[in-house]
Amino acid sequence: MSTDILQAAQTRPLAAAPFDARAEGQRLMKDWYTGLAEARERGQHVANVFVMGNAIEILRSFDFQLVFPEINSLQTGVRKASEEYLRLSEDYGMSPDVCSYVKADVGLILKEQRHPAGLIPKADIAIASNMCSTFIKWAEIWERMLKTPAFVLDLPGQRGGNWKARPGDAQHAADSRWIEAQFRDLIQKCEKITGRRFDMDRLAEVEERVNRMMFHWNNVMTLNRVCPAPFNAMLDGLTYIGIMNVYRGTPEGVEFMRRLEEQLKDKVARGEGRVAEERFRLLFSGTPCYVSMRRLVELFETWGGVFAYSDYLTFASGGMDAGELVYDTSRPLESLAEVTALAAQRGLSNQFFAHERLAQQIRDYDVDGIVFHGIKSCRFVSSGMADTRDYLNKRLKVPSLYIESDLIDPRYWSDAQIKNRVDAFFETLHQRGGAAPLAAKAVAAAGGSPA
Amino acid sequence: MKYVAGVDVGSTQTKAVIIDQNKTIVGRALLDMETSMVTIAQDAFKAALANADIAEDQVLYVVGTGYGRYNVKFGQEQVTEISCHARGATALFPGTRTVIDIGGQDTKAIRVKPDGQVGDFTMNDKCAAGTGRFLGAASYALEMPLAELGSLALKSQNPVRITTTCTVFAESEIISHLAKGMLPEDVLMGVHQAITSRCVSLARRVGIESEVTFTGGVSRNVAIVKLLEEAVEAKINVSPDAHFCGALGAALFSHDRAFGVQARPAAIAA
Repeated sequence: MSTDILQAAQTRPLAAAPFDARAEGQRLMKDWYTGLAEARERGQHVANVFVMGNAIEILRSFDFQLVFPEINSLQTGVRKASEEYLRLSEDYGMSPDVCSYVKADVGLILKEQRHPAGLIPKADIAIASNMCSTFIKWAEIWERMLKTPAFVLDLPGQRGGNWKARPGDAQHAADSRWIEAQFRDLIQKCEKITGRRFDMDRLAEVEERVNRMMFHWNNVMTLNRVCPAPFNAMLDGLTYIGIMNVYRGTPEGVEFMRRLEEQLKDKVARGEGRVAEERFRLLFSGTPCYVSMRRLVELFETWGGVFAYSDYLTFASGGMDAGELVYDTSRPLESLAEVTALAAQRGLSNQFFAHERLAQQIRDYDVDGIVFHGIKSCRFVSSGMADTRDYLNKRLKVPSLYIESDLIDPRYWSDAQIKNRVDAFFETLHQRGGAAPLAAKAVAAAGGSPA
Repeated sequence: MKYVAGVDVGSTQTKAVIIDQNKTIVGRALLDMETSMVTIAQDAFKAALANADIAEDQVLYVVGTGYGRYNVKFGQEQVTEISCHARGATALFPGTRTVIDIGGQDTKAIRVKPDGQVGDFTMNDKCAAGTGRFLGAASYALEMPLAELGSLALKSQNPVRITTTCTVFAESEIISHLAKGMLPEDVLMGVHQAITSRCVSLARRVGIESEVTFTGGVSRNVAIVKLLEEAVEAKINVSPDAHFCGALGAALFSHDRAFGVQARPAAIAA
């Protein structure tokens, strides 16, 4: 595994870094929502997509305006408006147990697409993969309530523990052909909706930009192996992953990730961490609680605990974070199918067979403990956590904490109880002899995946 | 003589313990919760001082614990009840490897390592099912004091199966069983079995290892003790001071700071 990026960062000349990733991320998200509100005026066609298994590259080649309903829902949480949307959908008849992203989106439909960030256009097509079973049911809601046609992508996942279909074997080839055939169907649908012919060169252009974004993204992730970590995976990382998704395959996305990498290299060169005194390096497993995101991070950073890594950054980027997934732009469609097969496998196995991957990440990011966040309204991401936690605790002796709340439902956030658990977790880490002074921690990287 | 104290501000009761330099308990106080957690913490501390017959300035250090630990304004430090119950339980029973604590509104299971440190812990979530609150609902439905529930339940010959551990639904289920002519002791035993089942399930998540020490207010309930022993197939430790275990653990942390060398695991000032 290459750590060139880290060595380069250590020797990099100090320079002013005017780039403010948070401010720039907020500006881009604002522009994004303005773009959504104006899509119809511009005569642009609109597609609903999910963050996992979405064929964005094909849709971008047709100039579709992309809508990410999951991001719209989480943004209601970030903007402290989610409860209004959730209650609307529950009044409409949805069970409290339904995914709160879905419920917030149904609330959005009931509010005639009025989102706190602006008007969300109705889609001409929705792409739903089987990477989350709820995606398909969600698309059915759009079909019923908005008459949006759904296109379902069937992506083969991992069939069992330690089973992997890799390039070069027959199963991977079969999986890729199966996905490619579905992409060809999708292209026909897109041609029909837009009245335009598919342009393979444009697909290659989009893929080239995705490759560049992934290159920088992997370098960004690798930089957080340094102690002190230059960013918090569960706060700053969420801004980065937002841009990775909504600006995927765009010039703005490439530029953001390039400048982000540059800024973080400068931080590493200065020895500057996310917190003034990094006492504990942590790994966050699961999906964040967007409605109390800052509070959650504050509870940990108060103790000098920083999330150096989160597997959320893997599955929320559709499994594309590992560096090995690069499009071969000389054969764009075949390569898109192959990479989608691998990314889907990675994204799905991340949830069903998480223990080995987490064990590796614990080593790579040199973490002192792992925090599992169970989601009340999503058993899909939460159900395997108890077993994974048990494995890491008993086999690898990695201290862990399990807390539970929700994606965006503030009614499930119990501050006193969560604080109690977090405080007890740090007391335990302290008893174990943690809270080592900064100098005692390895500043060098622990090795990692190729950039 | 100098002393240290621990004050455990729980959801339904506040407990205070004062120990001397030899770690011997010299004063205790137990007060039911009032509207103000700040006042009740002070009152419990003063009552413990009176019980020990010492003056406040003889107490060198106070640690607050429990949900209301930040309301122990006169204290120097806050430690969670997870650490405090583990500490108190191992002081009372050095062989403790598992602590089960059933309090007024939460239940916790703590795995203790051989060196007395917390290995892992688990607690009930936001829902109060399987906590002391559940017994409170039974007490209300049966119009019977809490202290009498356990001994009456032990007289049961044919326990009724209670289908819910939900505190909200428990009351109506208890009433419906009584309306059908079931005996109060049989209904009560069903209630106790439901709590124990929920509690043991929680404890199995951290792994139940012998010796098991039972702490918290519900440890005074003889039926729960018996059912827990049956579930873990071993005798469990219950001290007469089990109710004060969290406060005792807090007092022992105070002892470390005042007389010992153990560093305080301070949070970084926000």
